[in-house]
This record gives sequence, structure tokens and C-alpha cells, in this order.
Amino acid sequence: MADRTSVTAGPRRPQRYLPLQILLGFMVIYFLVPFWWVIVNSSKDAPGLFSGGNTLWFSDQIDYLGNLRQLFTYDGGIYLRWILNSTLYALAGGIGATILSVMAGYGFAKYRFAARRFSFAVVLGALMVPATALVIPTFIMFSRLGLTNTVWAVILPSLLNPFGVYLMHVYARDAVPDELLDAARVDGAGEVRTFLQIALPMMRPAVVTVLLLSAVASWNNYFLPLAMLSDNRLFPVTVGLGLWQGIASANNTGTTSLWSLIILGSLVSVLPLIIAFFSLQRHWRGGLSVGGLR
Amino acid sequence: MTLLTEKRAPRAHKETHKIRGKVHLREHLMGWLFVGPFGVVFLAFLIAPLLYALYLSLFQKKLIGGTSFVLFDNYVKAFTDPSFLSGAWFVIRFSLVAIPLQIVIALAMALILDAVTSLFARFSRLIIFLPYAIPTVIGAVMWGFLYSKGFGPLTDIFGLFGADAPDFLSSNLIFYGLLNVVTWQWVGYYMIILYAALQGVDPTLYEAARMDGAGRWQIALRIKIPLIAPALILILVFSLIGTLQFFNEPQILRYLAAGTIGSDFTPNMYAYQQAFSLANFNYGSAISFALGGIVFICVYAFLFFTRKRRSFL
Repeated sequence: MADRTSVTAGPRRPQRYLPLQILLGFMVIYFLVPFWWVIVNSSKDAPGLFSGGNTLWFSDQIDYLGNLRQLFTYDGGIYLRWILNSTLYALAGGIGATILSVMAGYGFAKYRFAARRFSFAVVLGALMVPATALVIPTFIMFSRLGLTNTVWAVILPSLLNPFGVYLMHVYARDAVPDELLDAARVDGAGEVRTFLQIALPMMRPAVVTVLLLSAVASWNNYFLPLAMLSDNRLFPVTVGLGLWQGIASANNTGTTSLWSLIILGSLVSVLPLIIAFFSLQRHWRGGLSVGGLR
Repeated sequence: MTLLTEKRAPRAHKETHKIRGKVHLREHLMGWLFVGPFGVVFLAFLIAPLLYALYLSLFQKKLIGGTSFVLFDNYVKAFTDPSFLSGAWFVIRFSLVAIPLQIVIALAMALILDAVTSLFARFSRLIIFLPYAIPTVIGAVMWGFLYSKGFGPLTDIFGLFGADAPDFLSSNLIFYGLLNVVTWQWVGYYMIILYAALQGVDPTLYEAARMDGAGRWQIALRIKIPLIAPALILILVFSLIGTLQFFNEPQILRYLAAGTIGSDFTPNMYAYQQAFSLANFNYGSAISFALGGIVFICVYAFLFFTRKRRSFL
């Protein structure tokens, strides 16, 4: 009893339960297996890949550089284009969606304007609309406007992020005190300046979270670009690798090099987001916890 | 939908606003100014497509006679179409298994990570979350390799015991093959949300419970889980919406699992095929809308059954 209370009374002492840690170890292995397979097999050349056996370990030939060169020169360097396209879609969609969500969330939280409750209820209802159900009509609308098969066809619909609005609303409501905003107003700051200089810095963890979530959603998007784009030079990397996968599966012979490109291509394509997540960890974790999921 | 009725501290600035009506008008204007840009995008890319899809779904294009208004014929057709019905039945069945499985694992992991505070636990948290940063398409590609007879380790591993490797791309086991892919992909994300909610709980509650003689299990089951119920409901709703719209993973795996996954495997795949392979936008829209209806019914049914809990909406 005495030692239990000391655990909670003082600063949290590290707690180690061995069986639980072993269980965690198994989970870690499970979650790492696909990464390990991709890392190992992207080092192999085509014969090594198809020789069978040894699928979870390196073969005698470790040729990352040769495979990388092949990946980035295949079909006139189309893979690099896909990566750059994905980056463009993720940044444009992510930043745009974040700006709109932050403004709207703040507006909903801090101003009592006409039809506020009704509009916010509609936005919340929109969380339940299947995003993919919007793709078919959006495609037809865009094709009327001549926008299909352009970057706008992917970027514009990604600007919509109702969940971001919800998150920002909760955060602005809880973390930005009205008294502070009123004080700024009394001091003669305009509404826009109050927002930019007082409220925005206080909402930073949530802003980073919404930015990451929307950028990830754009980077991972598959259905929308698949439907909107027909020129493979506009594809994001998800649609591009899906295309290769389809080609490689369709004719199993003679496309052995394409399989190794797909494997290494998968590995390279996941690195940017992994790096982004790990380096920004400090920021988004705070955002998720306060993100009001209570 | 009762988020708006939560209790709120009396606001100081409301009184100052009532001094003059002019200030009030200003507040309306500023509010709409901030919400406006999002509102435009919302109308253009959500409301308009939704209404347009509804409109399209009420017409039929025939070889003879062109496009004609048919009211709900497309919906009657959809709900008697074996392709749509089997796809809808599949995603409902899949949701009933996949969602509880993912939530239970995510909750267990979150509770463990909340209790164990070693360096290895922090490392595990990152690794379990890692698949969230992987596009679902790439996740499906990677697991497709692991399942495949030529590239995957299953043949070797089962060969050691002299057994035949299970083929997760065959029609018997594809359900479990997909189940594993989505579990791997999403458990980490749910775990992080639940973990964040657990970290927000006031630790003095645990101490009080201990004083009353509650053990670790009791604290987890009676205090921690009820307190994070809103977060649980949130991720349940999101996973329900996502799983019913199942598209990316089966679409990618169908290249490898030729013959197992047809183009009508899920309602979304069927809608995609109708619209973009067969240029039958009217029927494709009707299927999308019918699927949207199923999602709405499932989500509201779920929220209705959990209404006693404090909900996020």
C-alpha cells in the first residue's frame, strides 16, 4: 500500500511490467514485418527476387544503388514526377485545407453570427458523408468545366476538411479565452489583427495537427486522383504504383524488373511522411490530445 | 448533434456587445468573414456534388430515347441488383468483424502504453503508429507481396512444418487477408487517439480508486474505459464510415488476386466501375447515394444505441 501511494504521489516513476513489454515486443514485430520485407527485398536484383526462399533475408547481392538508379530513370524518370506530384498535392491541399479550417473553426467558436448553430450542425453532419460518394458528381462537374485531368481536379476537392473545422472549433473554444480577445479589442486591435497575433499563436498545436492530418489525407488519396486523372504524368505516387502493380500482374513474364521497381518504389514513397511524422511528433501529439476528443 | 448545447461559462464580452446594435452587426459580419471561405468550398465540393449526384441518380440513359427521368428506378434496380447487394453485405459483415477487432487491439495497446512507461514502450508506440503514415495503397501493395506465393515468406515458413501455406488471396481467405491489412493500417491511429485521451485523465482519480481498494484491472475497466468513451465512440464512427466505403485495399489486391476480387466486390468498387469503366454515371451515382444512405443509417443506429454515453457530436 505504502509503495503504491508513493508511485502516484510523486512524479510518475517508470513502470515496467515484463509480460506486457513482451506482448508489446510481439506487436512491434508484427507492425514491422511489411517494412522489413520491403527493405530486404528492395536490395535484391531481379534474379535474387525470383529465386525463391530467403524472402525475409538479404541475398548475396545487395544493390540498393543500382535499383535506385533504375527506379529514378525508368520511363523517363516518371517515378520522381509522381513523388513531386504527391508533394504538390499534399502541400497545396494540406495548407489550403488548414487555412480554411483554422479560420472557420475560430469563426464558429468566437463569433455569435446568424445561422451559426445551423451551419455548424451541417458541417458536423458532413463528417458522415462518404467522401468517395462525392467523387462521381465532382468528376462530371469538373469535366464540364474542363478541369479533369489537371492538378486542380485533385487539389480543389482536398481543400474540404470538415473534421479540421471541428477540431479547430473545439480547440479555439477551450484554449483561447474570450477575455484576452476582448482586451486586445479594447486596446484598439482590429478583428483580423486579434486573430493573427493573439489567437493564432495560442492555437498552434491544433494548427500543426490539422496541417499534418490534411497533408496525410492528400498524400494518401487514391480514389479521387484515380478517377480524375488520365495522364500518368499527373499521377500521385499512390496511383502510379497502383498502375505499375496492374501492369506487372497482367503480364507475369518479362516484367520482372517492374516488380523490383514497385518494391523499392513503395519503400521510397513512405519515407517522406515517416520523416515528417517523427520530426513533428512533439507538435501533433499535443494537438491530438487537446483536439477535444473528450 | 448536441455538441452545441454543452454548458458554457457566462461570457463576459456578450454584455459589451449589447451596448449598440452596430457592434452586433459587426459580429455577424466578422463571423461570416471567417467562416465564409470554408463555406464556399463546402458548398462547391460537398453540397453541390451531393445534390448533383442525387439529381443524376434520378435519370437513366438508354440507347434508344436518350436520357429520361425515372424517379427512383435506379434505386429499385440497385437494391435488387445482386452485385450491389453482395457488395453491401460484404462491407457490413466486414465492418462487424474488423471494427471491434481493431478497437479492442487499439484499446488494449493504449491501456498498456498508459501503464508501462519504459523507453521500449515509447518506441513501441511509434512503431505501432507507423502504418498510419503509409498510404493505404502502399500498405495493400506490401501485404500483397507478403501474401503472394512467389515473393512472400508464408510458403517457406509453413514449409518448415511440412504444411501448405494458406493463400490469403484465395476466395476462401481473402476476408482474413483484407482484415489483416486494415488492422495493421489503422490500429496505430486509433491507439494514438485513445492514448491521448487516457493521458488527459486526471491521475488523482486512479489514486482515489486505489484508496477504495480497486485493482489495476478494475481501474482500467471501471474508470479508464468509461472516461475515454467519447473518444471510443468517435473512432468507432470514423472506422464505420471508412470501412463501409472500402475501396483502396481490395482495388489494389485484385491485381494479385485475379478472380477472387471482382469489380463489384464492394459497393464503392461497383460504383467506380459503373461510372468510370462503363460511363454509366446515373447508375454509379445511385449506387454511391445508396451506399451513403447505408452509411447514414448505420452511423445513426450506432449513435442511437450509444446515446446514453456522452457523445462527441
